[in-house]
Amino acid sequence: MHPDVTALAVEDVRFAYQGKPALDGVGFTVEPGRFTALLGPNGAGKSTLFAIATGLLQPQSGRVRVLGHDLADDPVAALAHMGVVFQQPTLDLDLSVVQNLRYFAALHGIGRSKADARIEAELTRLAMFERRDEKVRRLNGGHRRRVEIARALLHRPALLLLDEPTVGLDLPTRRALIDHVHALARTDDIAVLWATHLIDEIDPATDRVVVLHRGGIRAAGTVLEVNRAAGASTITETFDRLTGGVAA
Amino acid sequence: MTWLIALNGVVVREILRFVHQRERFLGALVRPLIWLFVFAAGFRAALGIAIIPPYETYVTYEVYIVPGLIGMIQLFNGMQGSLSMVYDREMGSMRVLLTSPLPRGFLLFCRLLAGVVVSVLQVYAFLAVCWVYGIDLPMAGWLTVLPALILNGLMLGALGMLLASHIKQLENFAGVMNFVVFPLFFLSSALYPLYRMQEAGELLYWLCRVNPFTHGVETIRFALYGQVAGESLLVLGGALLLFLGLAIRGYSPARGMGSRAPSAAG
Repeated sequence: MHPDVTALAVEDVRFAYQGKPALDGVGFTVEPGRFTALLGPNGAGKSTLFAIATGLLQPQSGRVRVLGHDLADDPVAALAHMGVVFQQPTLDLDLSVVQNLRYFAALHGIGRSKADARIEAELTRLAMFERRDEKVRRLNGGHRRRVEIARALLHRPALLLLDEPTVGLDLPTRRALIDHVHALARTDDIAVLWATHLIDEIDPATDRVVVLHRGGIRAAGTVLEVNRAAGASTITETFDRLTGGVAA
Repeated sequence: MTWLIALNGVVVREILRFVHQRERFLGALVRPLIWLFVFAAGFRAALGIAIIPPYETYVTYEVYIVPGLIGMIQLFNGMQGSLSMVYDREMGSMRVLLTSPLPRGFLLFCRLLAGVVVSVLQVYAFLAVCWVYGIDLPMAGWLTVLPALILNGLMLGALGMLLASHIKQLENFAGVMNFVVFPLFFLSSALYPLYRMQEAGELLYWLCRVNPFTHGVETIRFALYGQVAGESLLVLGGALLLFLGLAIRGYSPARGMGSRAPSAAG
């Protein structure tokens, strides 16, 4: 897609809430075709970082680039390449699945017939096409999440950001979502940033991890690299050492 | 083209949401009709209206308050839009809107216009009931009033959006309604001509004169008779630009999503 350009580059981002630092010089990259886990305990600054990476919040200093487009200088180009699944549910409960997706497609300038074709493709991939005319209110949490993932992919983004997307889901649903997003990174060459505080969502063989703790990056790289740097043998041990054992 | 598709998407969503909330539609219609059938019926005997522009003859009180009640529909709709923006922000769907690849000002304007479309539909439903009830309004007024409805709807919607950017939680909304809706409505020319207010006191009269809602109602009143209320139109346009500018500023990324930064937990 864009082989030479980093999908997401966060550079020395600082943010403070009323003088209290939440992010203190955070920098890392997310590469195409890779699943990068942003790992941090609750309160580490993940949600603040997410708000900044999606342009909802402006950092007090530092930059965010999406495929080379600076989010502050050229937000329209940057956001066009980005798909987002927020931690909070963001679907309209009283609209049907397809009405929700058409609304999103329109916001990305995708016309009706093209939108309907893509909606069918994405929903089919997640086994939700049969339920397209149901109101979202009638869907369970796992199915709503699937719709949100389908939605985030409608405009074929190069970068997919997910903020703790498995919160509140049962174990099998959680597993299925994790596997699906891993597959997306592999097969569609999408750069994935998956924020979580749950270590078991990481595949040690293929994933990159970025460990965020108290507003700073404690480690970044492949699982092997961060384990080695921390002098630990497993990612759980690494995480415990880097965060002082506050992990879930 | 992209912009038009997006605008259409936002308007369709707003209409779908409105259609799905039947109580909201009924509420929007019942409120002014109660004023018309009950309040106006009681007051017509007590309150005589002198011949004032745009009226060329004596009019019944019902005829006088129709523009005010149209304004009321749009006022409540603007506040409903505000409520739904606060709700969307709490529920997260505002994030979806604001992370779309379009300028933020345009996205907010789409949202505003979508609310206006819904309010105009409500107004025409109300006008239809007035017509059935036998209230004497010029038929051409149905057409000439449209630009005034759009302008007044935009002004009130922008005011709602501005309020939404300053309301931190949904729970605070009821208070805002009391402090905004009632003064705007009662300190205006919606229910009584301003010369009556002047008889009651200069301060009240002055408050009514600076109230942008007064000018919205007067713009509608004149437009219903195919006339332009010059001064009111200017005040209305000025208020729209002011509220819209402040509202868009309220949603700038430097301030977070409408005065509310995401919780630091996580």
